[in-house]
Amino acid sequence: MKLRELIKKFNLEIKCVANGLDRKIEGGYVSDLLSDVIANGKAGDLWVTLQLHQNIVAVASLNNLAAIVIVNGRQPEEETIEKAEKEGIPIMVSKMSAFELVGRLHSAGISGMR
Amino acid sequence: MMLRWMRGDLHIHTCLSPCADSSMLPVAIVREAKRLNLQMIGICDHNSIENAEAVRRAGEREGLVVMEGIEVTSQEEVHILGFFDKKTPLWDIQDMVYKNLCGDNDEDVFGEQLLADEYDRVIGSNKRLLIGATGLPVEKIVDAIHRLEGLAIASHVDRESFGIISQLGFIPPGLRLDALEVSPLASRERRCGFSHRYNFPLVNFSDAHSLEGIGRSFSSFLIKEVCIEEIKKALMGENGRKVIVE
Repeated sequence: MKLRELIKKFNLEIKCVANGLDRKIEGGYVSDLLSDVIANGKAGDLWVTLQLHQNIVAVASLNNLAAIVIVNGRQPEEETIEKAEKEGIPIMVSKMSAFELVGRLHSAGISGMR
Repeated sequence: MMLRWMRGDLHIHTCLSPCADSSMLPVAIVREAKRLNLQMIGICDHNSIENAEAVRRAGEREGLVVMEGIEVTSQEEVHILGFFDKKTPLWDIQDMVYKNLCGDNDEDVFGEQLLADEYDRVIGSNKRLLIGATGLPVEKIVDAIHRLEGLAIASHVDRESFGIISQLGFIPPGLRLDALEVSPLASRERRCGFSHRYNFPLVNFSDAHSLEGIGRSFSSFLIKEVCIEEIKKALMGENGRKVIVE
């Protein structure tokens, strides 16, 4: 499924890299420990987290993740958005909790298993 | 004044931290530190400075240098230590922390948060959720500490919980930490790994939550006197000052 379709389906708020939404989502990962995402996030994953710090961009870039969704309606820091724009990592915000969003993503066919 | 070696354990909690023993009272802490031949200690409770002055006063009476500090929990759940000189208006940073800290403590779940005076008398308790995370990003905490000319150190960087590397994956470039604290649990190899990977001075402190924990690890500073400026010089290795982790 393409990122663009997920954004529409789950009413995600686009924070940056609006021109990079045609990437295919290969799978999903949810974690708030960035060290864990470095170890376990896979290329093409949609990453669901509540962390707002600019390091999320570097971690997504490092592991070639497709995009980041921040949950609970939390707004990323300005530095995070600037950095994501530069690195070409789309960031979205969902009003849902991680549990609810991940459940719905899974039902929509995004899997944590490869 | 001559340079001299000072054995210091700067990361000690008091009975104000909900996770610390209620026996962590000012005079008790000072006497235990003296028994262990420590020459300086630091007090840093979770998100609060409110017992630090009592320990400093107990130290002045008993002949031990005590640095007042705080261990702030950031929005990312990273612990940052701040240490300050005696005349610093610590309520500046305390106000910022309290403004950004929500919730009330539940003593049955998290533990008591006792306020003590310099004679070990319990004079009250703090009702806030000190174990909680503030809404402050790490950068803001480090900046606030430096605005007060304090020392900003990332706590127990080797640990899986509340350490900056576990929470944020790596130390954010440009974060102006004065040092990284490595916990007593870290092996020599692990310690070498940090100093190899990151260009920050390393220190060892105990993070004591009980009297038995005090001095379990410490660092020795070659300095002229105990003040932030001298400790900063020791961390940077300037003017003959230095620090050795024990």
